[in-house]
Amino acid sequence: MRYNILIGGSAGQGMDTFSVLLEKILKRKGYYVFSNKDYMSRVRGGHNFIQIRFSTEPVYSYDDELDIIIGFDQNTVNFHSDKLKENGVFLCDENVKWEDNRTITIPMLKIAKEIGHARVFGTVGMGAVLKILGMSDSKVDEVFETKWEKETSESNKEAFKRGYHYVESRFESKEGTAENTILINGNQAIALGAIAGGVSFYSAYPMTPSTSIMTYISSKETEANLVVEQAEDEIAAINMAIGASFTGVRTMTGTSGGGFSLMTEALGLAGITEIPLVVANVQRPGPATGLPTRTEQSDLSFILTASHGEIPRMVLAVKDPEDAFYQTVRALNIADKYQMLVIILNDQYLADATQTVDEFNFDNLSIDRHIATASDIDLENYKRYEVTESGITPRVILGKIEGLTVIADSDEHTEEGHITESSEVRIEQMQKRMKRMDLLREELIEPDYFGDEDPETLLIGWGSMYGGLREATELLQKDGHKVGSLVFGDIYPLPTNLLEQYSKSVKTIVNVEQNYTGQLAKLIRQETGIHCEKNILKYDGRQLYAKEIYSRIKEEVL
Amino acid sequence: MATDIKLFNSNDENAWCPGCGNFGILNSLKKAFSELDLLPHQILISSGIGQAAKTPHYINVNGFNGLHGRSLPPALGAKIANKDLKILVTSGDGDTYGEGGNHFIHNIRRNLDITHLVHDNQIYGLTKGQGSPTTAKGQVTTMQLDGVRVDPFNPLATAITMGATFVARSFSGDVNHLAHLIQEGMKHEGYALIDILQPCVTFNKVNTFKWYKDRIYKLDENYDPTNKMEAYKKANEWGDEGIPIGILYRNEDATSFVDRIPHLRDGKPLVDREWKPLDAKKFMEDFR
Repeated sequence: MRYNILIGGSAGQGMDTFSVLLEKILKRKGYYVFSNKDYMSRVRGGHNFIQIRFSTEPVYSYDDELDIIIGFDQNTVNFHSDKLKENGVFLCDENVKWEDNRTITIPMLKIAKEIGHARVFGTVGMGAVLKILGMSDSKVDEVFETKWEKETSESNKEAFKRGYHYVESRFESKEGTAENTILINGNQAIALGAIAGGVSFYSAYPMTPSTSIMTYISSKETEANLVVEQAEDEIAAINMAIGASFTGVRTMTGTSGGGFSLMTEALGLAGITEIPLVVANVQRPGPATGLPTRTEQSDLSFILTASHGEIPRMVLAVKDPEDAFYQTVRALNIADKYQMLVIILNDQYLADATQTVDEFNFDNLSIDRHIATASDIDLENYKRYEVTESGITPRVILGKIEGLTVIADSDEHTEEGHITESSEVRIEQMQKRMKRMDLLREELIEPDYFGDEDPETLLIGWGSMYGGLREATELLQKDGHKVGSLVFGDIYPLPTNLLEQYSKSVKTIVNVEQNYTGQLAKLIRQETGIHCEKNILKYDGRQLYAKEIYSRIKEEVL
Repeated sequence: MATDIKLFNSNDENAWCPGCGNFGILNSLKKAFSELDLLPHQILISSGIGQAAKTPHYINVNGFNGLHGRSLPPALGAKIANKDLKILVTSGDGDTYGEGGNHFIHNIRRNLDITHLVHDNQIYGLTKGQGSPTTAKGQVTTMQLDGVRVDPFNPLATAITMGATFVARSFSGDVNHLAHLIQEGMKHEGYALIDILQPCVTFNKVNTFKWYKDRIYKLDENYDPTNKMEAYKKANEWGDEGIPIGILYRNEDATSFVDRIPHLRDGKPLVDREWKPLDAKKFMEDFR
């Protein structure tokens, strides 16, 4: 059992609240839920829509063959009615007109006004949706009660009932059986990972679609005893984070492409001063302002070398909310262990896509700071940038040890941290820093592989392409194709074992990416010489979904 | 009570020109730290890039010599991380008022508890003599051969207008005066700006030691630094009419940035925060 619902309307109509509540009710009824948002860069008006897919089985991607459309504006008819299935239902208020036998018109606003609160009109529609789906009204009251104060909650319950009884059931729904799940989006998962991973200071400048990381961490500021600072610009944000990390607390910053561009000089600062730093870049289509509220995977090439000069860095992309949570904790630990920069790549699609995932396991997580204390070091001879065999020098917390001071410098520096132009010291310090790229080999996680054991066609993707590729691979296998997919999370340094293994036996390698130039394919060729013969690329700001990948592979590759 | 001033001596080789005003500022810092009975590990100096920004290398305290124009943001991060540290910023007029202008303005709004020393020699020294934000209009430089075309930035008037809570000016040629102001700035609970007039012996042939010496005068005991309008007037006195030095404005009633965050104000420094991943498990309730 699997249903797809689309909610369309203009900004300011309460669609977000509608969607969040409906998702929560479905989740608590034991279904697996996946929802993604498509919104314009405006506060009022325009046309936005949210797609909710739910099932008795886990769902990883969205689909645009719709069972139910809820239209809060006329544009919903114009833009989406062609995706409605033959047996689907178009549900709307009297203000929206669509002459079609699938339309069910409910006087939502009129009913809401009778109840005494025009604002509950959406909830009338929600009642109707559950009835149409053939579901009971269980879990509705508890979700409303946690969302609102008593009075508002009561009006909404009434609105729900009126909508529920206004219509007849059209579909049958099996009982949901999912247990111990949570409903969370990619950015919230990064934020929760940051908190669990011991971030004490997060500084950022608001920028869509990264802002919700800052918003969530900030909401726990007092309870978790951490500080979130809204900086005056992204340059300040990253330099604050570096200053705090230098002083000994775990820090993180986050932004989107344009803000990341502003941060680049400071990436080099973190590199040369060997200060641990985690930066999340939630990608959106560029260049410049690009498509501010839409999705793309086009910052990869840029991020691999961002900042002038050469520094060690690790780049990892998150694949779904569950991965985002654990990878954020891991990124923080790696940054501290190697005293270096780790960049987490997310994108708008995953940032805003809400998904049912297994509850996160906090029991096995750890915060590994790798901080030296007075007893670990030789106080008389301590040098912050002493050249060691591994390239890593014990790091102390400044201000904690009497008689010991530490200096960090953005200039090339001696072992003591003082400015130098010595050729010998330069070479030693460069080698010391860059050794991390070898050490990181020990940490790398190979890409996920799914599909045929002995594939003829290998699909390659990264980050948020995980869900779509997973379903597309299943669909292609059902058609009898020998297909497999490799989806990279760790990207740089590039893990190459599985890639080299599969590339020897497959006939065709296809990179599937959300950008124009095939950026992962370029990296793979650069690092391994392996060439992707075909590519499936998309750069209109809308995520490639499973069926789209499936059809394009059939048309363009197989 | 005073700590041994020699504790603050650094063994790093100094790259400043002989006779540079920076030496006076360096000596004032050591004197102030010693007289405040501080030890090197209790202090952090953050700086950007420029000749002034090399100061952390020439004094034995903790130092962060970061990027050009970005001396303030790391200082903010450091203060939030460890509120017990005494934090100062030393950078030049170009670094602070030019490249770092945005941070200058917004950190005044924060009233962060740091002391900000701007080595203001009214010229770009490290890049060899171009006009800085405080170079006089019309002054001929190595870059502005027909004279600077734009009006100079008035840091003190800007700071007072923005609501800065401690605004002062001193002169690198008067170590006692400057050391006293540094101490007052460090005692002030909030942001303390000290703009320091300083000759650049190599590139500024107009604002020489003598030029400053002939024009500066000390604000006397009758001057009321809590009068904001009077302070604004003093901030606009410049040139041949006389240049006031001393504390132009002081407001001890404002809350410092750290104190605006109750759990930071009342708790231990963040660097001593105790936190385990399991402590965050309860937040999963938001997603059930």
